[in-house]
Amino acid sequence: MIGIHPVMGTFLQAQSFLDVLYIIAFGLFIQGLRGLSGPTGAVRGNRIAAVGMLIAIIATLLNVNEGNWGLIALGIALGAAVGIPAARQVKMTAMPQMVALFNGLGGGAAALVASLEFQRGAHSLEGITAFIAGSMLFATLIGSLSFSGSIIAYLKLEGKFEKPMTFAGQNILNGLILLVILGLCGWLTFNASSSNATTAFIVMFSLALFFGIAMVMPIGGADMPVVISLLNSFTGLAVAADGFAIHNLAMVVAGTLVGSSGTLLTLLMCKAMNRPVTNVLFGAFGSSGGSAAAATGVAGTVKPIQADEVALLLAYAQRVVVVPGYGMAVAQAQHSVRELTEELGKRGVEVQFAIHPVAGRMPGHMNVLLAEANVPYDQLIEMEAINPSMERVDVCLVIGANDVVNPAAREDKSSPIYGMPIIDADHCKTVIVMKRSMAAGFAGIENHLFYKDNTRMLFGDAKASLNALVAAVKAS
Amino acid sequence: MILASVLTTNLAILVLAGFVGFIVISKVPNTLHTPLMSGTNAIHGIVLLGGLLVVGLSGNSAFNKVILVIAIAFGTINIVGGFLVTDRMLEMFKSKPKPKAGAGEGKDGGGKGETGGES
Repeated sequence: MIGIHPVMGTFLQAQSFLDVLYIIAFGLFIQGLRGLSGPTGAVRGNRIAAVGMLIAIIATLLNVNEGNWGLIALGIALGAAVGIPAARQVKMTAMPQMVALFNGLGGGAAALVASLEFQRGAHSLEGITAFIAGSMLFATLIGSLSFSGSIIAYLKLEGKFEKPMTFAGQNILNGLILLVILGLCGWLTFNASSSNATTAFIVMFSLALFFGIAMVMPIGGADMPVVISLLNSFTGLAVAADGFAIHNLAMVVAGTLVGSSGTLLTLLMCKAMNRPVTNVLFGAFGSSGGSAAAATGVAGTVKPIQADEVALLLAYAQRVVVVPGYGMAVAQAQHSVRELTEELGKRGVEVQFAIHPVAGRMPGHMNVLLAEANVPYDQLIEMEAINPSMERVDVCLVIGANDVVNPAAREDKSSPIYGMPIIDADHCKTVIVMKRSMAAGFAGIENHLFYKDNTRMLFGDAKASLNALVAAVKAS
Repeated sequence: MILASVLTTNLAILVLAGFVGFIVISKVPNTLHTPLMSGTNAIHGIVLLGGLLVVGLSGNSAFNKVILVIAIAFGTINIVGGFLVTDRMLEMFKSKPKPKAGAGEGKDGGGKGETGGES
């Protein structure tokens, strides 16, 4: 509306008004995130943050030059037409993929905006300062890497090429690509207006896209939560750098907020798995460890059990603990689990859920699924809280969880997951493992729990098995 | 020089925002990490603003315009998708219509409307 050039940061009256609206917006973001610290305030917190976003958008639209409303309306309409149905219809079990995809799109948008601004600045008469050029290049690099990396993470979570893809010298090759990218960025920072700049920029952009793929491909599906969280923080940083380049306060603040919170979340998750973040990213988990674990060999045999026997054990137990894992999500079994626990509750059995911090494909993934199935919040116990009392549990029902109950993490120094905190399912009197087949878990590590004397295996689809259990418990 | 002072101001803001992010997030329990991730995910959709501002500048070629429409669409998907998905997830954590008879502590009863500081 006002014919100023916002990119140049001209401070007119409208600019300070805009800044006030922006400050209100990120005040609301922070307040919203604070609301997420407890389940009761969380819904409101999220909505507060959404209101903040709306204010930031309206404030920006007030400042947009005239004549391009058509393009803006087209872009927003396209985005809403895709985003709203996708968000409405996605199943709770598929949530991690969805978050990965949304994250990738955000990163892509950041890269596109930054690259256009870079080209414009480079070809303008006055040129751009090295600092601005550097910010735009950073945003392009990190944003495009986040875009392609997130798409791969999405595909991996969808079940496409879940296994880590590795080859000899992979880390060296990736390192070389990264060096070339950084070299190009360094050169472009100071030679943005050079005649070769556009070519160099396109090469850098493509390499960054490729690097995102190359970085995520070797990482196993089980580590995708960490990857998504990391890429989330990358996108945040890219947005902040974009904000720097075009002098947009709101983008700087919101991007940095996301960047730092994503980094912290990544570190928390790695801590829960007792692995440094470098190990997750460059360790190619499972590929080297798998053979080592197999070589040690596991003593004992696998003892299968039938559903009606399990039902008897459950029906006459005093205390039952359910350990859910990703398998429960895949089988969509959360509702059947709730039905079973209700049925047991009616018989006076004390039922609790033991939640490992990285169970599922996202931290808190199990909580979301069980909440969806109306399992009361107070039945969900975190790992540290439940482990000391596991000896007094009669039956532990492991549903589609694998690595998070693998005692190798405590016992076997050669295991790749040695040192990771686990739920001590093997300490219970009887452990029932519900599993589709004897195939090794995502990480490809042999699970010592399956061979323990007190463990019985209930093979089959988790949902079908649970429904059989419900029927059998009702009948007994 | 005005530009330099704008940059240092922005840098100061960046550092402070970084700390605020760390502090706010460190209080979020494990349980809510998935919604948290998708919530912060929605917030970085603010990149939409960049698309909105740049599309308003003069001298965009047709190619640039296409790119910008894509960027705006991506940003919008990021925002609306992120917030809606988070809302759907969090709705499930809210109090249920009938709290279980045995375990009816009422701790997650919606009446309080406060952050129920439990882990």
